[in-house]
Amino acid sequence: MSALSFEGLNVWFGEGRDRVDAVKGATFQVAPGETFGLVGESGSGKSTIMRALTGLAPHWSGHMSVNGRPVGRRRDKEFYKTVQMVFQDPYASLHPRQSVDQVLSETLYLHGFTDIEPRIEKLLDDVGLGPSFRFRYPHQLSGGQRQRVAIARALAPEPSILLLDEPTSALDVSVQAEILNLLTDLRAEHDLTFLMVSHDLAVVGHMCERIAVMQFGEIVEILGVDEMRAMQTTQPYTRSLLKASLGYIRD
Amino acid sequence: MSETQTGWRDWLLTDTPQSRNQARLAALFQGWLSFRSNPMAMFGLGILILLLLMAAFAPLLAPHDPFTQDLANRLKPLGTPDHPLGTDSLGRDILSRLIYGSRITLYIVTLVALIAPVAGLMVGTIAGYTGGWIDLGLMRITDIFLAFPRLVLALAFVAALGAGIENAVLAISLTAWPPYARIARAETLTIRNSDYISAVRLQGAGPIRIITKHIWPLCISSLIVRVTLDMAGIILAAAGLGFLGLGAQPPSPEWGAMISEGRRFILDHWWVATMPGLAIFTVSLAFNLLGDGLRDVLDPKDEK
Repeated sequence: MSALSFEGLNVWFGEGRDRVDAVKGATFQVAPGETFGLVGESGSGKSTIMRALTGLAPHWSGHMSVNGRPVGRRRDKEFYKTVQMVFQDPYASLHPRQSVDQVLSETLYLHGFTDIEPRIEKLLDDVGLGPSFRFRYPHQLSGGQRQRVAIARALAPEPSILLLDEPTSALDVSVQAEILNLLTDLRAEHDLTFLMVSHDLAVVGHMCERIAVMQFGEIVEILGVDEMRAMQTTQPYTRSLLKASLGYIRD
Repeated sequence: MSETQTGWRDWLLTDTPQSRNQARLAALFQGWLSFRSNPMAMFGLGILILLLLMAAFAPLLAPHDPFTQDLANRLKPLGTPDHPLGTDSLGRDILSRLIYGSRITLYIVTLVALIAPVAGLMVGTIAGYTGGWIDLGLMRITDIFLAFPRLVLALAFVAALGAGIENAVLAISLTAWPPYARIARAETLTIRNSDYISAVRLQGAGPIRIITKHIWPLCISSLIVRVTLDMAGIILAAAGLGFLGLGAQPPSPEWGAMISEGRRFILDHWWVATMPGLAIFTVSLAFNLLGDGLRDVLDPKDEK
């Protein structure tokens, strides 16, 4: 049984003449414990798949399931306990008036935990932030520290599936590596399944086992990361995307 | 002494607070520091503190009873011994009436400040967050209230409810909430699709929790600023209703009603109307200055 399964997923925004089809007929499976990457240009619908799964993009058709359980229109507590998401921009994903402590304790409270104090300490420790960060506000944190808080928040309900929406693209190159290593460690520690969106093929190559290449809302090709490294692709678009990621090559 | 003082300062300005309360106090203290650096705002705050003290200790401060008439001493000019600001047409001491009138002014201001922004905040955030038909309905109601000139609408309410200070407060509140609703809705629209609201939704939080715990704190600061800036207008509206005889009723020493009484003698005995006018002017100015200062401190969009 796959951890995540998408079959013929269509997602659109707007109605009538304004309708934009962001994802068209996406079909793929993510195995438990796997790290699956979605790559493609900006606007190719990578993040939209995640937003449809979590209910942030309300207009969708097709079939989605989590651990074999189909996802309906309304998602229950159980769903949010299983699937959590880390957002792209750590500067926008933390409430500006809430301290780290407030963010984490509310999350834990919403998921019905009662031993909130020790859990907060454990979470901060898990993401490499000491107890001194607990009562800080977001403006007292750096970008990398904020993203660690966002990861701690996503880990709070002890999910088995983590959606990563370009978790490092808003960060410094040096901090990117720290966050990616942290994510790799956490995956091993908590047996997590990752679905990761990125346009940085180096990041995807480092993290993922399989990738899906997207263009204009459609999945062009699904291939393993070794095939990607060896440039063994069947689709010309994938090849041109991989080529572009190698930088400018003088012919 | 100075050592403990710097100790407190360091404790408040630390980057690594140790407890919830310390973090909260530190945020407050930093706001206070930036507020303190604005001399005009401090001036406004000073005047308002004086007003508060004046209202609290009115019986001690007032040299005379504000209601005692003394027809032998009517319309005495400024600087009369025993009556520094003169007396009005019934021989009542204007200074004492001004001091007691500050209580009425504060009463009006506090009640309106409690009713109008809270109502506006609820309407605005609910409309902004839910969207759709609810938004449309609530905003059209807001438009209807906005379409009337404020004082005229207040006049109509007072006429319907009967004259008196409570009804004046109610009428002013009923006419004052729509702008707050508009502001709150606009703020909500910018916040509702942000990542941190999405993140809370992903924790399974319901709309009521999101509105009250996550959207309100971000709207409140701009509302507080708007309220302090509107205070001047509220005092003037209350004074205007008093002046028209629809607010506080004689012999209540409400400042607007005092101006109204003085109007009859304005050419020969100008101070009777001018002194309460100056009081209204000073308090309105103080609220405006305070509002300007608070905007600098509270506006979340102003990233320093």
